[in-house]
Amino acid sequence: MSEQYSFETKLLHNKHKFDPATGAVSVPIQHASTFHQQEIDSFGKYDYARSLNPTREALEEIIADLEDGTKGFAFASGMAAISSAFLLLSQGDHVLISEDVYGGTYRMVTTVLNRFGIEHTFVDMTDLAAIENAVKPNTKVFYIETPSNPLMKVTDIKAVSKLAKQNGAWTFVDNTFLTPALQKPLCLGADIVLHSATKFLSGHSDVIAGLAVVKDEELGKLLGSIQNSFGAVLGVQDCWLLMRGLKTLHVRMKHSCEAANEIASYLNNHSAIKKVYYPGFTDHPQYDIQQEQATSPGAVFSFELHSEEAMRTFVKNVELPVFAVSLGAVESILSYPAKMSHAAMDPTAREERGISDALLRLSVGLENPQDLIADFEKALKKTAELHYI
Amino acid sequence: MYDVETKLAQIGNRSEKTTGTVNPPVYFSTAFRHAGIGESTGYDYTRTGNPTREILEQAIADLEDGDRGFACSSGMAAIQTILSLFQSGDEWIISKDLYGGTYRLLEQGFKKWGLRCCYVNTSSIEDIEAAITENTKAIFIETPTNPLMETADIAKAAELAKKHNVLLIVDNTFYTPLIQQPIRLGADIVIHSATKYLGGHNDVLAGLIVAKGDEICQELALHHNAAGAVLSPFDSWLLMRGMKTLALRMEKHEENAKALQSFLKNHDAVLDVLYPGRGGMISFRVQDETWVNPFLQNLTLISFAESLGGVESFITYPATQTHADIPEKIRLETGVCNRLLRFSVGIENVDDLIKDLDKAFTIAKEVTK
Repeated sequence: MSEQYSFETKLLHNKHKFDPATGAVSVPIQHASTFHQQEIDSFGKYDYARSLNPTREALEEIIADLEDGTKGFAFASGMAAISSAFLLLSQGDHVLISEDVYGGTYRMVTTVLNRFGIEHTFVDMTDLAAIENAVKPNTKVFYIETPSNPLMKVTDIKAVSKLAKQNGAWTFVDNTFLTPALQKPLCLGADIVLHSATKFLSGHSDVIAGLAVVKDEELGKLLGSIQNSFGAVLGVQDCWLLMRGLKTLHVRMKHSCEAANEIASYLNNHSAIKKVYYPGFTDHPQYDIQQEQATSPGAVFSFELHSEEAMRTFVKNVELPVFAVSLGAVESILSYPAKMSHAAMDPTAREERGISDALLRLSVGLENPQDLIADFEKALKKTAELHYI
Repeated sequence: MYDVETKLAQIGNRSEKTTGTVNPPVYFSTAFRHAGIGESTGYDYTRTGNPTREILEQAIADLEDGDRGFACSSGMAAIQTILSLFQSGDEWIISKDLYGGTYRLLEQGFKKWGLRCCYVNTSSIEDIEAAITENTKAIFIETPTNPLMETADIAKAAELAKKHNVLLIVDNTFYTPLIQQPIRLGADIVIHSATKYLGGHNDVLAGLIVAKGDEICQELALHHNAAGAVLSPFDSWLLMRGMKTLALRMEKHEENAKALQSFLKNHDAVLDVLYPGRGGMISFRVQDETWVNPFLQNLTLISFAESLGGVESFITYPATQTHADIPEKIRLETGVCNRLLRFSVGIENVDDLIKDLDKAFTIAKEVTK
């Protein structure tokens, strides 16, 4: 029924808009772990909540619809979603992966998958020739994060997916930073979309969750089987909270993206800032691709100060954003990738990727952007006084 | 010091020092351990005070610019708690165009205990003043009114209340502190059905009270604890979660409502449209009473449901829903006729809403031909 509606309306109106039994306008939380069966030989649709639960099913159908896929899967965390997707691979398979991938994914690939005999190669996914050179006969997955974390490099999803298909491999896209409100990888040729739904989808810093969506029904069956056998499913209370968060996704993304643009431009013109990494700037190396494949550059960007000491003074003097791990919340979150999201990466690997010790990442929340700018102005003034004069 | 949207986004952040959690913990504990006699942590028993509920109460007090906030188990529980401030023989002056639940509580409850209510058109200061007697203890205003969207001048009513030494109580459910801060305009008490815009997702039942002045706050604290219609910790938390997006939601509600106001005004199925200029609530009358039912039955996007202020659009039929407890004669006199529909405009795409309304009007006209 929701085919006819625009995205923002679909967030609120889908087949779960009301409960058929009572007319309730909020999906009921079904705590039941098991379901009474009428027949000895054939079970009903629901038998055990790990396999399927009506509350989780509602969330899974909603995200599948929003990503223009056929089947959605809810997991206990973003890493549970990513790890479960990697379990589609077998010993001897090979993964091509963005070189500045999220530290948690890096850890999974380099310390867990390698023990199961699954190989990997890190590549610069913005360089199609480099990807082509890195493809091996056993390459089964091209793994993309775009924009990348934390350097905001943009990968051409369409081109990479095409290349993957030519080589008989799947394309996995981590769509956490942009969400289907801004970018729909399945429509650009990707096979699996992954989310840390802890971030923008849920949006309130109060749920840990992961989601996966596929377009191909056969692939859906494979992933469904892994979800059930591995069992890293999302609890029903968290499914419900996540659905609640989704209802305001459009308005939250709109506000945060506009505010991010304002703040990124402000920082870009500030002498205490060395560089701002934001795909919304026309001089960003992949600006055109971002414009083409997404409707906005998003609400996260990174910026570098002139030295680690300057960065430390700045962080000490900033009052408004939370200084914490994570992103995509109602509160603005300032992170230090070297010690937070990318701490699992060794210093040399970080250095090679350009994740310097003076780099900070900002996830813009729902505050008034002028309040954030005023806060930064004060902290940067202090930073400039102490370090640059 | 910060703008209101910044305050909303930051509710509960930095409230906890031990772990640094950016999201306040939900304290389900009903009781709190004391180290020794007379060594309270500030918390004893959750009905009296709960750390999660307290963050909510402080947040709403801050947003409404009052001294103290009180979270109650529903909007009606908030009104009931306020009524505990009065006694037999006291009189209230109250909006004639009033939410049916408040009317029922006053007429079927408090009348029995000797509280008298005088219903007036509160958009007229003269009418309010004319109704004041020596027993009048409070003026209770809903503005805009429900469902006729009439506005009252809060500042003038406050002057009048001060002059006659009575309390001014304002139900701020429709506008929220984002659009209107009655205490700043001189009101003594603000109440909310927080089930509506503050909660915003049609999934929490809650009421809030904010008061200004030490004496009145102490008295309310006493009754809040004594009668005990307090909000649960989980619902307190869920309500705060809703409030974090209030500014964004209200902006979109209002933008959509303004567009729908002009759409409805120009639609030949509509007799008139009542919109107070701000917020997300609109009422309108259809040309023909017989169209109402088929119109409601043929809406596919907008839900026909009682309540308002949520992200999803709702249309309510006051005659049989919100105002069913008001006698028909009184209801018709005030203008809540059988052609009137109340529309709580959601945050959907406005063109999707327009299409839905237009289709339902067309079918309603056809089937009643």
